[in-house]
Amino acid sequence: MAKKVLIALHGNEVAPRFDLATEVLIASLAPDGTVQEDKILVLPRASAEKLCHMILTEDVGVVICGGIEDEYFQYLTWKRVKVLDSVMGPFETALERFREGSLQEGAILFDRARKGQDGD
Amino acid sequence: MNTPTSQITGLFNHPIAFKSLMDEIPLGVTVLDTKRRIILLNRSMEGLTGFVQQDVEGIPCQCVLRCNICIESCPAQTLREETDTKCMEGNIINRDRQKIPVRITFSPIRNTGGTTIGFMEVVEDIRFIKELDAKMGQAFGFGHLIGASPQMEKIFRVLPVIAQSDSSVLITGETGAGKDFVAEAIHQASPRVRDPFIKVNCGALPETLLESELFGHQKGAFTGAFENKPGRFRLAHNGTLYLTEIGDLPLSLQVKLLTFLDDKVVHPLGSTKGFHVNVRVIAATHRNLEKMVHEDRFREDLLFRLNVVRLHLPPLRSRGDDVRLLLDHFLNTFITEFKKPIKGFSAKALRILLDYAYPGNVRELRNIVEYAINVCQEDLIQWKHLPSYVTDVRTREEREREKSEEQLVAFPAHIEAKTAKEPGAEERAGDLDVDWATVEKRMIMEAMIKAKGRRSKAAALLGWGRSTLWRKMKQYGLAL
Repeated sequence: MAKKVLIALHGNEVAPRFDLATEVLIASLAPDGTVQEDKILVLPRASAEKLCHMILTEDVGVVICGGIEDEYFQYLTWKRVKVLDSVMGPFETALERFREGSLQEGAILFDRARKGQDGD
Repeated sequence: MNTPTSQITGLFNHPIAFKSLMDEIPLGVTVLDTKRRIILLNRSMEGLTGFVQQDVEGIPCQCVLRCNICIESCPAQTLREETDTKCMEGNIINRDRQKIPVRITFSPIRNTGGTTIGFMEVVEDIRFIKELDAKMGQAFGFGHLIGASPQMEKIFRVLPVIAQSDSSVLITGETGAGKDFVAEAIHQASPRVRDPFIKVNCGALPETLLESELFGHQKGAFTGAFENKPGRFRLAHNGTLYLTEIGDLPLSLQVKLLTFLDDKVVHPLGSTKGFHVNVRVIAATHRNLEKMVHEDRFREDLLFRLNVVRLHLPPLRSRGDDVRLLLDHFLNTFITEFKKPIKGFSAKALRILLDYAYPGNVRELRNIVEYAINVCQEDLIQWKHLPSYVTDVRTREEREREKSEEQLVAFPAHIEAKTAKEPGAEERAGDLDVDWATVEKRMIMEAMIKAKGRRSKAAALLGWGRSTLWRKMKQYGLAL
């Protein structure tokens, strides 16, 4: 059975805040990890409640996001949705790592520039 | 990521570690590069966000701080050259998934050549302030203002809205009504809160000094001007200038203030160039400015410019139950301050205090309570602990009431009922020397004035028939 993953988006990155995300990626993954279907949904406005409702109606199994309030984290966990929060970096890398089974809470996926080497 | 320890040189004889210096600051501080990536997090910031510096170096600030302001409109993108720093209130979600209200001050870091080479963000946890605000809100108030009367509730409702705008405010009200507190509360609730709140009493200084005080002067502008003086307007840059007793501002300075309100440029005495200042002006007075305009003592155009937002503070005597609320409030305040085991007011003292007119408004009430608590050595504040002018007024009023009551007994019953209701009844009751004919004549005249000359209405007012009134008018020579 396909597993649905939702990633809260902010541009090309995982949204730093679950409650402020106005875009989400919903991907259906086959048991072997391949992406069967993916879609990006633009939300009319940022709302943690609406997002939680969507997660439940879309039957999402895993949520990947940045910061999330404990209230929503507990609610989703209680509804048997796995939440991988404090993930930072491009959403494609996050999905890739998840498919490989190596994505964890608090993962930092940016290619970091060393201090003073930002080219400015 | 191993990075060399940054050092500050030139401040002391030996270089000092920048991080250790930042760690001593009790507010969250983060240093960012021009692309808003983390260079440094101090210890307080690590505690606030739950991230340690080594883990998040080089990461975009919005992913670490997770502040709603950074995500919705990054301050770095809206930072203007002339303003330099931005102060905003928002919230962050930390690693422990707690949503924390914060106040963020965002400022650019410039090299000696003036080029922006990074940014500094100072983050203040304002949970405690927010909780306190909530408590104060429950206690019927705004800032230091307290009240539960409809008039005050109306003011409390508009104050936060007024605070958010930059419009000039004119506060009117009797002395002691709380004009200064309102001005301060507006500043405290405004986005200018981190910048100065400068108060100038326009009635406290002579005209020449006041001009130099407000607008500043240039060195050598007049005898004794040994140095440049910036003036209150420039000191209040980015903040609020509170001009109290604006009604006492001399006419010549009114013109200068008028020019400033139009151009937002200050011209110090003796200076050839003006200085642009960003100041919000709040003015207050206990005087009737409209009347002063009518008497040519206050410029009408200045009144129009100041009168953008008008707040009138009602006198305490018209605030109903607020007197009791304020009595209890100041009682609790002073009991704590003076550490006195006082439980409250006795019934008689309370009755005197509730009946008193408070011409000095809240300030007077506060002073009365402070005096009583100082004097009182018992569990309850008795009437004898109140200042004599409060109890004297009461006894004088009581005497007058008793005297008038005694005299009213002397009138026939139906007249008494009428006269007690009519204006001027007290005066009439006080005239013991006059005879009945004079009283009756005066009553007829008053009734005729009240009835605008209509005899039938005047007769009804007096409780007489029309013919009785006609007869009596003829008797006293009042008939035409």
